[in-house]
Amino acid sequence: MDPQAAKMIGAGIACIGMGGAGVGVGTIFGHYLAAALRNPSAAQGQFGNLIFGFAVTEALGIFSLLIALLLLFAL
Amino acid sequence: MDPIHQFEIKNFFPIVRIGGAEIAFTNSALFMLIGLSLILFLMLGATRSRALVPGRLQSVAEMSYEFVANTLRSTAGTEGMKFFPLVFSLFMFILVLNVIGIIPYTFTVTSHIIITVALALLVFFTVVIYGFWKHGLHFFKLWVPSGVPIYIMPLVTFIEVLSFLSRPVSHSVRLFANMLAGHITLKVFGGFVTMLGALGFLGWLGAIIPLGLTVALTALELLVAFLQAYVFAILTCIYLSEAIHAGH
Repeated sequence: MDPQAAKMIGAGIACIGMGGAGVGVGTIFGHYLAAALRNPSAAQGQFGNLIFGFAVTEALGIFSLLIALLLLFAL
Repeated sequence: MDPIHQFEIKNFFPIVRIGGAEIAFTNSALFMLIGLSLILFLMLGATRSRALVPGRLQSVAEMSYEFVANTLRSTAGTEGMKFFPLVFSLFMFILVLNVIGIIPYTFTVTSHIIITVALALLVFFTVVIYGFWKHGLHFFKLWVPSGVPIYIMPLVTFIEVLSFLSRPVSHSVRLFANMLAGHITLKVFGGFVTMLGALGFLGWLGAIIPLGLTVALTALELLVAFLQAYVFAILTCIYLSEAIHAGH
């Protein structure tokens, strides 16, 4: 196989990992919304935790995007 | 119609030449200066009158102060307020540069990984140096959580060290990747509009859909620009909080 084509395919496969991060981020925001509707007065205090959980989860998706970008542009 | 073309660095005029490396005034430096002067204008110019009832610009300046101060106080405690200048500068710098980047024909400074890595390493080394300065060798307790059974402790410590070392990577790549991907998406949709527009009358009708999507995506980018600046600031707060309260 042409190495260039293999790189492109590898970058595409690496991006599948971002789907997992999408599931995780959706779970976090969905659960936050569900809990915030049950107890709206406590919601504001947990906003920082929400963003922290979002950032940590998103980091894993970003690692797979990083692999894709490295394959496309750096390696 | 190359969507990557917008991230090109242009040299305006060279400043010095050290060995083989040329240090020049680039469009990146120009937009950093524009961003800095906007922040200076907002923070110094708007608050100069010190009105008891703030005007529009002064309330923007006061709100941004209160916003960052509340975030820092709620994550790192009152002890963390000594890092307020660092967190506030990072937040305003990233926010203003992200928002400037949305304007067409401008340059997005934060879409270059060298900038975000420099900011993330600044935070990383601040945390490490302050942690060791304040706690000495007790700072290593950060990687050894209490209440973990001894037989899985090596594994847990290994994971903690690895996640600590991967922080600057995720911290910087998050901002860079979000800005890069958002601007490429905008450019691709803008390209659809011109491609369909070249087809004649039916193409003009079809181009309405990607044009509307571009407007909607620009609104989304505005949200992302704010959110990424906030995420960068709050992660800085959390990392600093661990350095301040290590081993608790």
